[in-house]
Amino acid sequence: MPDSRRYRIFIHVAAVFVSLIFLAPFAWLLVASVSSQAALLKIPLQWIPSHISLERYHQIFSSPQGTIFGNFRASLLNSLIVATATVVISMAVGVFGAYAFARLRFRGQRVALLLFLSTYMVPPIALVIPLYLIMVRLHLLNTRLGLIIVYCTFATPFVLWIMGNFFMTIPRELEDAALMDGCTRIEALFRVILPLARPGLLSTALFAFLIAWDEFLYALIFTSTTAAKTIPVAIAEFTGRYTTDFGLQAAGGILAAVPPVLIAVVFQRYIVGGLASGAVKG
Amino acid sequence: MAAGTPAETTGLPPNARGTSWRARTREGRFALALLAPSVIVVFGIVIYPILRTLYTSLYSVNTPFPGHFPWVGLRNYTFALSHSEFWSAVERTAYFTVVSTGLELVFGMGIALLLIAPLRARWLFRTIVVLPWALPTIVNGAMWRYFFNAQYGVINAALTQVGLQNSYHAWLSSPFGALNIVILADVWKNTSLVAFFLLAGLTTIPADLYEAARIDGYGRWGAFVHITLPLLRPVIVVVLVLRTIEAFKVFDIIYVMTGGGPANGTQSIAFYAYQRAFSDEFFGYGSALSVLIVLFIMGFAILYIRLLRSDTYAVT
Repeated sequence: MPDSRRYRIFIHVAAVFVSLIFLAPFAWLLVASVSSQAALLKIPLQWIPSHISLERYHQIFSSPQGTIFGNFRASLLNSLIVATATVVISMAVGVFGAYAFARLRFRGQRVALLLFLSTYMVPPIALVIPLYLIMVRLHLLNTRLGLIIVYCTFATPFVLWIMGNFFMTIPRELEDAALMDGCTRIEALFRVILPLARPGLLSTALFAFLIAWDEFLYALIFTSTTAAKTIPVAIAEFTGRYTTDFGLQAAGGILAAVPPVLIAVVFQRYIVGGLASGAVKG
Repeated sequence: MAAGTPAETTGLPPNARGTSWRARTREGRFALALLAPSVIVVFGIVIYPILRTLYTSLYSVNTPFPGHFPWVGLRNYTFALSHSEFWSAVERTAYFTVVSTGLELVFGMGIALLLIAPLRARWLFRTIVVLPWALPTIVNGAMWRYFFNAQYGVINAALTQVGLQNSYHAWLSSPFGALNIVILADVWKNTSLVAFFLLAGLTTIPADLYEAARIDGYGRWGAFVHITLPLLRPVIVVVLVLRTIEAFKVFDIIYVMTGGGPANGTQSIAFYAYQRAFSDEFFGYGSALSVLIVLFIMGFAILYIRLLRSDTYAVT
């Protein structure tokens, strides 16, 4: 469709407007995190800090272990470990299952897929009490391993869904050719399908990482110390404890957001691909 | 589930049945082997808790630890269904779900159309749109709680300084106002994901359809209504249901923004269940509430599968 000048101006103005709405909260978090406490509590509010202080970041990074800031660092590390392990395990098991759903025909296929996906409908609140009791009995309470095991239960169905749809977009002929050349199905999966499905793998890993990083309720109930407490729990405590030190809340929030935001920005071009194959198939 | 039993042989010529049967059995076994790890990782962990929650919902349980508890049958359920507390929580959750999902869909559609439009520095716009989605829910909630703070929030400061209001407003202290602010925070974050879903759908619509529409004399709006919307319907339904399920389970953002208050104004049904189970230690009642949430969500899901009956692979 020929683009009139008016249309071009309109879309650019609209894009700038949307960008401002999305960026403004981030911008204010950044400003608040480097403003002085006095500037943030001033009425009328002092929008532009008279001097910039990185003191809060310094505090969070250099306070000794055992302090609230040391604990905050520990929870960042816990989140990184738990989210990464969840991605690795759920992808490792889910990729095979996804291949089965996409390429094989077997009895109960539809029901099996529905069962996996229906776990998404169960709210964590419904499972948290019995899971807590299991964790106590297996000595998994307040451990990263305990969280990883639970997170894999909601990350894996997700991998099955997105990767399965992705595998379906890869032409069957390529695989058939490999089978003709004497590959086994597993070899064909590793040598032909997986390399072609790289964008799908990356987008699935991205989504799985974000949902694991974001999880709150299980972490809230299952963890109590720096041994396993994750960043969402630490943030909730942080904002509860320093109720008026908004600068510190902002600094903590930014640090908690940096890993997922960075990963999402780096891999953003895979987002659409993952959703396209996942959603468009219906 | 996947089993090595003979698959349906209907539609096959009789002489093909033997080989097909054997091949299918082999394929079934192979599928079972490939699926076994996923089954163990998911159902190995969740089956017991699901059954346990169903079981607990039939007892009057007042401690998280094992013991002997009186059987109450369906009384936990009938208690919930006959109390206004429960129905108010359902109403609030329904309001939250409908308004937030609706707004996310409308704004998400607008942003998706912008994402596919011939913008300069489109990559930059795309990167900006990713940001809210990647922001953790808890951080998002804490952020908006601060922005709407009665004394030190930037919303008050900005509105007062530009003259839109005369004095600072205690935004989060009215029950209905607080609910709407939670919706605002949720919409700000989740519109991104909806936009990317819809963008994924838009990229599959062939350009020549728009060309044909132009030749037929449709304008931009006409092409949107007659081509984009109908072709996007499956994606819209997927997004709608994913967001509806997520919204109906809403818990985290409420925990960090309002704690269910003020005056229970933001108490969603999941939050209500959490409070009954963990503050009051009514675990039987809390379990019954969780089962009711699942039933509500399943209702949506069935509606959805009806809307999108197709024989393609993905069933959700």
